[in-house]
Amino acid sequence: MEEVKLLGFWSSPFVYRVKWALKHKDVKYEYLEEDLWNKKSDLLLRSNPVQKRVPVLLHDGKPIAESIVILEYIEEMWPHNPLLPQDPHERAMARYWMKFGEDKAPILLGFYLNFGEEQEKNVKEAKELLKILEKHGLGENKFFGGDEIGLVDFAFGWIACWLEVMEEAVGVKLSEAESLPRLHEWIENFKKVPLIKENTPDRDRMLSFYKQRREQRRESFISSRAS
Amino acid sequence: MDNSLTPLVLKRLLVPTLLHLGFRKTLTMADEVVLLDFWPSPFGMRVRIALAEKGIKYEYKEEDLRNKSPLLLKMNPVHKQIPVLIHNGKPVNESLIAVQYIDEVWKDKSPILPSDPYQRALARFWADYIDKKIYVSGKKVWQTKGEEQEEAKKEFIGHLKMLEGELGDKAFFGGECFGFVDVALVPFYSWFYAYETCGSFSIEAECPKLMAWVKRCMQRDSVAKSLPDQHKVYDFVLQLKKKFGIE
Repeated sequence: MEEVKLLGFWSSPFVYRVKWALKHKDVKYEYLEEDLWNKKSDLLLRSNPVQKRVPVLLHDGKPIAESIVILEYIEEMWPHNPLLPQDPHERAMARYWMKFGEDKAPILLGFYLNFGEEQEKNVKEAKELLKILEKHGLGENKFFGGDEIGLVDFAFGWIACWLEVMEEAVGVKLSEAESLPRLHEWIENFKKVPLIKENTPDRDRMLSFYKQRREQRRESFISSRAS
Repeated sequence: MDNSLTPLVLKRLLVPTLLHLGFRKTLTMADEVVLLDFWPSPFGMRVRIALAEKGIKYEYKEEDLRNKSPLLLKMNPVHKQIPVLIHNGKPVNESLIAVQYIDEVWKDKSPILPSDPYQRALARFWADYIDKKIYVSGKKVWQTKGEEQEEAKKEFIGHLKMLEGELGDKAFFGGECFGFVDVALVPFYSWFYAYETCGSFSIEAECPKLMAWVKRCMQRDSVAKSLPDQHKVYDFVLQLKKKFGIE
């Protein structure tokens, strides 16, 4: 009997990518919530000693860390309801966009992570990156995966379900519907997919969490500048 | 047709014609592989190694990164970076993605990724670790000096030690066989002399098992022929330091 466990944190979009993939494949799993700020579990520290972070997938006791690595593993272990194209070149393109999202995450999230001049710089760059994503990544497709959702949609799911909450928490707008019409259309389509609609964190709880975290970061920023 | 004529027609006309058409069809279906690259790039070296492992014939095109070719700008409009693998006119960008692509398309020879999904996940994890940590921390070593450089050295050696720990007593990162993680890491060996000389330290002294692994990799033709000479890379780094005003 296969045993699948997912170590996660309730608000993490990285964890949700894995949840969506498991549910899409009808894989039964046990979810274990980690207390990331107070005390990480022994299981987490043993399973991901390098990064010590979630998500971690445990399949029959064997741990896999890093959300994109986990997504590829899920796709290979449970190949039904495919989430990646069969054609090698199209798969390479899908992997390219997932890597783009990972590499650019510090800039894309800079509006939330940073302050002052650095934040302003990040916001400007992030808007350009979103335009590139819309033009070259999404193109004229309904989803990044084409007519159906795929791993790339999951990887950018945070733009659909988390971004506007974080924008409200911070008081900064990164993604305007007028300047990114195709991306906003994708956001609406993505949120309507039943799998996604039924599996996103509670918005009010997220807003309160991100506002609190933003304040904590602001205090750290101010005190680090004072010292 | 007269019975006695048929074998002659077959032998002299039909068979050669069919063979010729078959041969022509094979020719037009031959793969066209081009690699846009820059000689000291460890990322480019990864793709060179993968192509060599599979015995794939390709055209190597050296890019002048201060004056990027229209082909590069067309094939990688987002990042405008090398390496770019172009297979029958279609580009594959990002070195580890290109290596996986090569492994998938030319799957009947010299596998690079393991066949077991869990081992593949481990390989991807460590290749991702190398991608995120080695280049950036190594760069800080040659770009900085004084206390900043000491910090950079500590970080860089820390990452190498982590990888050495993962290697353990195995011949290669994947076990008995040379594979994905080895391809991801070994190109940085060509930069070791530059890191060591700029930072005044010895990687051999810090990570002897890793250096033993390097020697095993360098015994492979695919690796030895894909990596430039370390001293040539060091001269290149000195030029960069001069250009950026780093003493």
